[in-house]
Amino acid sequence: MTNDGFHGQNGVFAYAPAPESRSVVDIAPSYGLFIDGEFREAADGKVFKTLAPASEEVLSEVAQAGAADVDAAVAAARKAFTGWSALPGAERAKYLFRIARVIQERSRELAVLETLDNGKPIKESRDADLPLVAAHFFYYAGWADKLDHAGFGPAPRPVGVAGQVIPWNFPLLMLAWKIAPALACGNTVVLKPAETTPLSALFFADICRQAGLPRGVVNILTGDGATGAELVGHDGIDKVAFTGSTAVGKEIARTVAGTGKRLTLELGGKGANIVFDDAPIDQAVEGIVGGIFFNQGQVCCAGSRLLVQESIHDELLDALKRRLTTLRVGDPLDKNTDVGAINSAEQLARITELAEAGEAEGAERWSAPCELPSNGYWFAPTLFLGVSQAHRVAREEIFGPVLSVLTFRTPDEAVAKANNTPYGLSAGVWTEKGSRILAMAGRLRAGVVWANTFNKFDPTSPFGGYRESGFGREGGRHGLEAYLEH
Amino acid sequence: MSTDRLSVLKTYKLFVGGKFPRSESGRVYEVTDAKGNWLANAPRSSRKDARDAVVAARKAFGGWSGATAYNRGQILYRVAEMLEGRREQFTAEVAAGEGLSKAKAAAQVDAAVDRWVWYAGWSDKIAQVAGGANPVAGPYFNLSTPEPTGVVAVLAPSDSSFLGLVSVLAPVIVTGNTAVVVPSESAPLPALSLGEVLATSDLPGGVVNLLSGSPAEIGRPLAAHQDVNAIDLAATAGDAELARELEVAAADNLKRVLRPEARADWQTTPGTDRMLAFLETKTVWHPMGGLGAGGSSY
Repeated sequence: MTNDGFHGQNGVFAYAPAPESRSVVDIAPSYGLFIDGEFREAADGKVFKTLAPASEEVLSEVAQAGAADVDAAVAAARKAFTGWSALPGAERAKYLFRIARVIQERSRELAVLETLDNGKPIKESRDADLPLVAAHFFYYAGWADKLDHAGFGPAPRPVGVAGQVIPWNFPLLMLAWKIAPALACGNTVVLKPAETTPLSALFFADICRQAGLPRGVVNILTGDGATGAELVGHDGIDKVAFTGSTAVGKEIARTVAGTGKRLTLELGGKGANIVFDDAPIDQAVEGIVGGIFFNQGQVCCAGSRLLVQESIHDELLDALKRRLTTLRVGDPLDKNTDVGAINSAEQLARITELAEAGEAEGAERWSAPCELPSNGYWFAPTLFLGVSQAHRVAREEIFGPVLSVLTFRTPDEAVAKANNTPYGLSAGVWTEKGSRILAMAGRLRAGVVWANTFNKFDPTSPFGGYRESGFGREGGRHGLEAYLEH
Repeated sequence: MSTDRLSVLKTYKLFVGGKFPRSESGRVYEVTDAKGNWLANAPRSSRKDARDAVVAARKAFGGWSGATAYNRGQILYRVAEMLEGRREQFTAEVAAGEGLSKAKAAAQVDAAVDRWVWYAGWSDKIAQVAGGANPVAGPYFNLSTPEPTGVVAVLAPSDSSFLGLVSVLAPVIVTGNTAVVVPSESAPLPALSLGEVLATSDLPGGVVNLLSGSPAEIGRPLAAHQDVNAIDLAATAGDAELARELEVAAADNLKRVLRPEARADWQTTPGTDRMLAFLETKTVWHPMGGLGAGGSSY
């Protein structure tokens, strides 16, 4: 291997560093909770730090909301509900359009912020997260004055105050998925961002102020799981929306049982990406890579199980490994980076533990050769070959850049293996044969089926799971249902 | 000589997997009319009966959910046809079980027959109402389709032994789900007789399974069963503690839960809510290739 400035260590083009400038974002040393239109400290004064996972640098200190703060936020949302729900839909729409526009205007700043706090490549936050966030608000803005035509009765009413808890993998996008439909339908919200990625939600609070949103309509409470539990268990909310792990989702379902609160859950997955022998190999490889290494594999709908037809196993794996050696792992702010940092030490430990279990149970581990930075949380893109359905790496959601490779011979076997999981969020099918695509799509028990593509999202397209991947849909007309009484 | 003839009484049995078994437990309980007169001994189903019924329902799911919507609609309509010819029997059973006049009971039965017809017509329309194309911002075909969620446990209303039962059962199966139903405990006879109607309506065995007994006793294992996908808690109206307990148990495998309505009105023509409660939305994406000089591409 030469490094002559033209060929890098892997024999491909060497890249000069191309960092996106941090100067577009101004992170304050500390942030309070956003309650009733004002930032305030937690009632008990507790705070916690949020880190940049790529460097372990402390980015800021944020308030840790406790029971009293949850009370205050819910009360503010309740007070605001009267006016907000009585506004003509067209007026609510205009607030949401304003928010969408401000997000577009500030999208570079927000992309850099998201990459700093989350560790995801700037390429993704800039080209995927932020455009989808703005589009989501734009889409639901248009619904606010058309709800009578949405198929939920002639005059559907809002549910009330929504308590929303979101994960760290797409912080601002998950906020948009929660807040945009809730507000369009006339609800007010108390939202808790994930403990490790609180900053973009706090910047969103500022966007609400710039948009002139009435106080109390959106309240942001930063905190950990205890804050989330306080919120979903609070008597003053009418609806709970949660995106996160299946284990926590079940706990929330138990908490909500018997209270009459409405509930939607978007939980884990173990998506199968099924490649038939007639698939276009190059496109399939790109889809497999995007399916499991997008966002470091920290995606609930990731294609984390590759089911490849036996006859093309070797050919596909050779092509896949070749492609993985060209992935650039490193500084998330570098515009050429493909794979960024794992979001937290805790998540890295979980990925590491499951990968070790994969080896211990007899699967063959292969990682792309890459140099990982010395600071921060990193995990090289990894394959497990020769995986059986009994292996933990085939059954459990790893939520990291780890792909388990299994084989099949017949379409029936592919369906049986793909459905052999308690989850049911996503699946992929790669084949040139149209009738086979439709037959497979019909038999896969998953809320989203990507055929000859993977990991595509759009505000108009309903997203959500079967079985233990949760219930309810976000996006599209279907996404209104969770926020309307009908 | 008197021409009085001793009537032949019917042994009421369960309906599981298309067959009419007794409870494996051998237990029965006395069913009486509103005045306390004995009507029949109904099977008191056990936890084991519930598990057997789930197995039958799961086995039937592939075929029933894979049947054409037209075929399912035909079969539901056939149920109405079969019931129409047995209106007198059902009227007598509803009148006795619910303490209604013959006229009021007949109105219930007529409404139940009409409800089968109403839902039969939904089989090939609900997908057009609940699904559709999504105009995504990119070169992709994108279609959302409702699909049945799987095996649904139905704890039928206690106060409306036939119209209520039909009103909660028909919306579950018309979309392709299969059902394990616990009918009204105090008035189970119309439900058990409905099994005989279903068995002669070309409904595949196992699509509907009827278990008479205590909703609390059978509801618990059904709510906790890992191979049941959803549960309708209609029977728990008025028993908030049982409703909560079953909802907690249902959380273990994240069943879809339809909570009881405080004052359900079984007379009014229903909306689509009961069908939608047991449907999943599946969204399929596919690239739209270009047709330019470069040929098709993904």
